[in-house]
Amino acid sequence: MTKVTMTVNGKSVSAEAEGRTLLVNYLREGLGLTGTHVGCDTSQCGACVVHVDGKAVKSCTVFAMDVAGSEVRTIEGMANADGSLGVVQQAFQDHHGLQCGFCTPGMVMTTAALLANNPKPTEAEVRHELEGNICRCTGYHNIVKAVLAASGQDAGAMAAE
Amino acid sequence: MPKDTGIGASTKRREDVRFLTGRGVYTDDLSLFGQAHAVMVRSTVAHGRIVSIDTSAVESMPGVLAVFTGEDFKDVGGNPAGWLINSRDGTPMREPKRPVLAHGKVRHVGDAYAAVIAESYAQAKDAAQVLSDATEIEELPAIVDMKAAAADASNRVHDEIPDNICFDWGWIEDNRAAVDAAMKAAPHVVTLELTNNRLVPNAMEPRASIGEYFPGTGDYKLTTTSQNPHLTRLLICAFVMGIPENKLQVVAPDVGGGFGSKIYHYGEEALVLAAAKRLGRPVRWTAERTESFLSDAHGRDHVTKIELGCTKEGDILAIRTETYANVGAYLSNFSTATPTFLHGTLMAGPYKVPHVYVNVKTVFTNTAPVDAYRGAGRPEATYSIERVVDKMCRELGLDPFEVRRRNLLTPDQFPYTTPVGLVYDTGNYQATLDKAVDLADVAGFEARRAESAKRGKLRGMGLSTWIEACGIAPSHLVGVLGARVGLYDAATVRVNATGTISVMTGAHSHGQGHETVFPQIVAEKLGIPASSVEIVHGDTAKIPFGMGSYGSRSLAVAGSAMDRAIDKIIAKGKKIAAHMLEAAEGDITFADGKFSVAGTDKAKTFGEIAFSAYVPHNYPLETLEPGLEETAFYDPANFTYPAGAYICEVEVDEGTGKVDVVAFTCADDFGNVMNPMIVEGQVHGGVGQGIGQAVLESTSYDENGQLLTGSYMDYAMPRADDVPFYTVDHSCSTPCTHNPLGVKGCGEAGAIGSPPAVVNAVIDALQRGGHSHVTHIDMPVSPNRVWQAMNA
Repeated sequence: MTKVTMTVNGKSVSAEAEGRTLLVNYLREGLGLTGTHVGCDTSQCGACVVHVDGKAVKSCTVFAMDVAGSEVRTIEGMANADGSLGVVQQAFQDHHGLQCGFCTPGMVMTTAALLANNPKPTEAEVRHELEGNICRCTGYHNIVKAVLAASGQDAGAMAAE
Repeated sequence: MPKDTGIGASTKRREDVRFLTGRGVYTDDLSLFGQAHAVMVRSTVAHGRIVSIDTSAVESMPGVLAVFTGEDFKDVGGNPAGWLINSRDGTPMREPKRPVLAHGKVRHVGDAYAAVIAESYAQAKDAAQVLSDATEIEELPAIVDMKAAAADASNRVHDEIPDNICFDWGWIEDNRAAVDAAMKAAPHVVTLELTNNRLVPNAMEPRASIGEYFPGTGDYKLTTTSQNPHLTRLLICAFVMGIPENKLQVVAPDVGGGFGSKIYHYGEEALVLAAAKRLGRPVRWTAERTESFLSDAHGRDHVTKIELGCTKEGDILAIRTETYANVGAYLSNFSTATPTFLHGTLMAGPYKVPHVYVNVKTVFTNTAPVDAYRGAGRPEATYSIERVVDKMCRELGLDPFEVRRRNLLTPDQFPYTTPVGLVYDTGNYQATLDKAVDLADVAGFEARRAESAKRGKLRGMGLSTWIEACGIAPSHLVGVLGARVGLYDAATVRVNATGTISVMTGAHSHGQGHETVFPQIVAEKLGIPASSVEIVHGDTAKIPFGMGSYGSRSLAVAGSAMDRAIDKIIAKGKKIAAHMLEAAEGDITFADGKFSVAGTDKAKTFGEIAFSAYVPHNYPLETLEPGLEETAFYDPANFTYPAGAYICEVEVDEGTGKVDVVAFTCADDFGNVMNPMIVEGQVHGGVGQGIGQAVLESTSYDENGQLLTGSYMDYAMPRADDVPFYTVDHSCSTPCTHNPLGVKGCGEAGAIGSPPAVVNAVIDALQRGGHSHVTHIDMPVSPNRVWQAMNA
């Protein structure tokens, strides 16, 4: 076991980790940040997406030691400073973009990274960018709407409901 | 102007805030002092005799605390099937014991025969691998194909069951001769053989369980991923472990989706309880996704021959089916009800069909158990009917829309008794069909087809008019049909002294939004803010005995119980108000949160009445108990019968066979709608799963019983770019006639109605594109299958 230090949600933190400890387990078990979820064991489902140095990363795919010293952001760090929901979070609530909530942290983190790179995505771009995040509840309809709304576009008109 | 609160408002979900900020608490998020970790040791062969398990190989490994094998549970009970089904000849179904851990034989890949408990997860995982290597299993030939299993008496999944048949069920057996005669006399008979593909439910949260034992009191606690904690407690206590029911608390905290797969009790739940007792420490287990693929109950897996007798004009005269239904290696809790009473009773669809007969042979195989998955039996029935009706239209050159209109029941025919034992209470199927035709712009299809053709794509349109029976179920009816439980539900409404309200419900929310919708109803009925109402669910120590959430029953059954309990609160409030206002009880009215003396301005608010009930200084104590808390148990008089019309448009790439669903329209009748936003979300999700079944999802076992699709690398889950935006409508509403809220279930609709619409659209595209020899393609309509069909 080695002490691994990084910055998570703006705070310097450290916890013990083995060489084989994945970032997701470091966050969940080492730091108690259980908002990041594990939904598969093949890096397919995206429930564990966090940001590492500003990029969306599946935290089940990297070892904690490999990102020592990095800036990591998780779902727990996505609300506004006053505790209110951030823009992406609020769009997901407004458009009912979640049901059971299990895939939601990964969806929010992927969306935030997507919009940072592409502030006004088309519907097709949103669907393509979300390809690495699986949701079993929503049929994606309201997730795609929420992402479009978070980008400031008229999601209702784009969904042509 | 839409309402913004109360019944019918699209109130935003209060539970979203915790889920969106990472503060949801799912089972695996809990960390308990002193906890140990369990890892299951699972069979790598489909069928085999356990020769030896050398537990000494791991007992001294680092961190290992205990090893369990089937031997440890051989003297306790088994996990039972919830329904007893009789065969056509009257003999009861064959019901093999389903042990906590496999004993003597392993019966499917993933069948757990041992468990290792260690200080850390990694240590348990390491030891489980060593124990697997130290186990000798004599491999036997795998039984995978249902019809072969039924034909070969020499190779048996369960040694005591000679032909691998669980039961051979006829519905309704007494009608068989009449159906045969009607079929024989029919001017035209359409025959279709089809497969309803096996699916893996794949709730995004894998199953997880934590067992605790408190030696000071002898109490157990199980925290688990369950859709129905009371049923899980009942099964563990009364059937598996013999724990007194009052000594086990079952908690299902936030649960990340279920879709049926978390209704059932699984062996891991008993294992962590037994391990916690032996070690005196909490013991936790969480499935890896591959374990979920191997050991969660799967869905569907029917092979059906359906025949439809009709006139040349398309009037349906008779329907007859023969189905082989796979139950896998063991009987999961609902597995015997799913292919029978949740399937055969729906085989008349929404149509006037005088004669229907359903035969189902249920077969054991060396595959994972199969049980109810979103829709459960009703998607299988709907798919068979809507595909054969579509084939009839093609054989007779009839318009599929007009043929539906000819055969759909009309509003004046309700209540309508079907030939397969249901009484549909109400509906307006023509209205939903007309609405769907309008919303889908059927009139504009030809122009869209021409545009697709310019891009080299074959475009097709498919229709499905569906009905289902949900809100399970009237207990007296299911009792006659073989259920070993009642299917009522319960709610306790506790008015606190300060006027806020706690509702303890037997329903369980794992995505449905009960924490938002149930308070909307309470608020509307009591004239108080929804924010004053808290929903408590998922903990047997807190809630009344209820049967949980599945089969689109939460609102129709548990919601009705809550409604009844609120009525009792109002009735008691009137007594209190009469005393305080010095009026006759019969003169008290309740509206907008006030108890008033009719015809006067004398009134007490709901809060004043609540306070008086708990601080009864001016109170009729000689005739009325203090306090304001009521419980109601509600047993539905009938199922609810949501129905609708779905229209799908697809584009098929002629070069590759790839199918794209480009438009999907739903017009549904769910009766009264409490929260349109949530109802629409349920339809979206169901349709997404239905498109998944129709186009993508395939569960494939090879001839040795190895699961070839055991991860997301191989099992094609629908993703955001596999589906379009959906158009959904629920304006054609005929309120349910027998529950107090007038509601019908909406949770399974999308998954029931959509698969045949998709496949009908694909056949339509191919037919219009000149591939007139293609009359059927089994699901999933993968590029390979579509290309092969076009080029056959």
